[in-house]
Amino acid sequence: MTLPAIKAIDLTKNYGESVAVAGVSFEIAPGSITGLLGGNGAGKTTTIGMIMSLVAPTSGRVLVFGADMAHERYRVLHRMNFESPYVDLPHRLTVRQNLTVFGMLYGIGRIGECIDLLARDLDLVEFIDRPAGKLSAGQKTRVALAKALINEPDVLVLDEPTASLDPDTADWIREHLEKYRTRKHATILLASHNMSEVERLCDRVLMMKRGHIVDDGSPKELLARYGRRNLEEVFLDIARDRREPMREAAS
Amino acid sequence: MSASAIAFSPRRVSAMILRHWYLLRSSWPRLFELVYWPAVQMFMWGFLQVGIAKYPGAIAGTASTFLAAFLLWDILFRGQIGYSMSFLEEMWSRNMPNLMISPLRAGEFVLALIIMSVVRLSIGLVPVTILAVIFFGFNLWALGFALAAFFANLLFTSWAVGMFCSGLVLRHGLGAESLAWSLMFFFLPLTCVYYPVSTLPEWLQPIAWALPPTAVFEGMRALVIDHVFRADLMLWALGLNLLWMTAGAVSFMLLLAAARRGGSLLQIGE
Repeated sequence: MTLPAIKAIDLTKNYGESVAVAGVSFEIAPGSITGLLGGNGAGKTTTIGMIMSLVAPTSGRVLVFGADMAHERYRVLHRMNFESPYVDLPHRLTVRQNLTVFGMLYGIGRIGECIDLLARDLDLVEFIDRPAGKLSAGQKTRVALAKALINEPDVLVLDEPTASLDPDTADWIREHLEKYRTRKHATILLASHNMSEVERLCDRVLMMKRGHIVDDGSPKELLARYGRRNLEEVFLDIARDRREPMREAAS
Repeated sequence: MSASAIAFSPRRVSAMILRHWYLLRSSWPRLFELVYWPAVQMFMWGFLQVGIAKYPGAIAGTASTFLAAFLLWDILFRGQIGYSMSFLEEMWSRNMPNLMISPLRAGEFVLALIIMSVVRLSIGLVPVTILAVIFFGFNLWALGFALAAFFANLLFTSWAVGMFCSGLVLRHGLGAESLAWSLMFFFLPLTCVYYPVSTLPEWLQPIAWALPPTAVFEGMRALVIDHVFRADLMLWALGLNLLWMTAGAVSFMLLLAAARRGGSLLQIGE
């Protein structure tokens, strides 16, 4: 039996009286791209934080390739990486310097060659020796992606990877992620508000609302279940509590 | 904790040192700031010492320790600021989550910050000690082995305080940043930098002796005024520092765990 890349078991996070994530359980198969969808405050970022061990669960567990992230995270952190528009790289360091530092942190051999390869793949060559803080939003996203790919992770967690990007750059990033998944058989977990992105990239979608997973299936299954033409309509049905009538009508 | 969790990698420590070296190298205001304040303060205390020394009596004898006291205080203060500044740079650049999800262990991070505090302190203090020789004829380096003992003890304390402050910032966000700048000044009157411990009220003296730098400053006065190296004071300071370093490391780990529980690693900011 194949070990799930990520397994969440009854994962709960409370901040005082407020419940951010309320006992969610799911398994993510290796080599899949899974979308985590939900409105603001649905618990996506907290769930991602718990998977990456940035946030300690109030109860429940996260296993990555069988390693409990609360106690055994160092067994697997070198096989994981993360990118978010809310996390930056040091602004005064050049792109090359940043990638060198993270290459060393992840124990990469022949860092120079690895950076050259990433620079060609992600089209960073033109600004590789420029400070990271002086790049455009699109360039910064590509550099953040390069940092997230520096260790060729088996598990890549992305929090809104194309937020605030123009359609061309966003499309370019999606294409790169698809290629990376195919080449590396990597597992990608993606939180996004961009429904067309999720429809295009994801094999499976977890719908979150108020800390719960309220639906789970492939984009096609969800569209059929709700009788909708696109995920945006499904999202609105869930967000506006129209899901039961829509599901009944579809069935 | 599994064996892999405590495995130590010199390469990861080097990566963090390289990151901060790149930063220092790229910013002349940061380099200038390392020298500017110590130099201004050294001149102020140096001229005060020269001025008071013109008057005969006990006060002139005490004043002869001002420059040494200032330079040693600056080792303590700059050691902690050097540690905390490197830590705060990660917070300001919103890079902390990247580090916390990498294989970098907390101990490696702390060791890199300790090494950077020595680097930053050296950049700031070496030119200032040379200026003290040129302008006031005071050679801190002439203290020899005693200086090494003073230096080590002061740095141990500065790192202990640095670990505690950075833990607070991790847990409470950049709103707690001002503590990193000001906490050491709480110790300024209690550690008796410029006057003997006997100056304090009796009830305050045991508290002063529980602070490792107090023994260092008393030791410095014994050396400069009486020309006696008080090994007993240095051993007392070292013993206390072992406790302080342990407390600093434990508080950092507890506050890091509390930051994970409170979700503050995801919400870097105020």
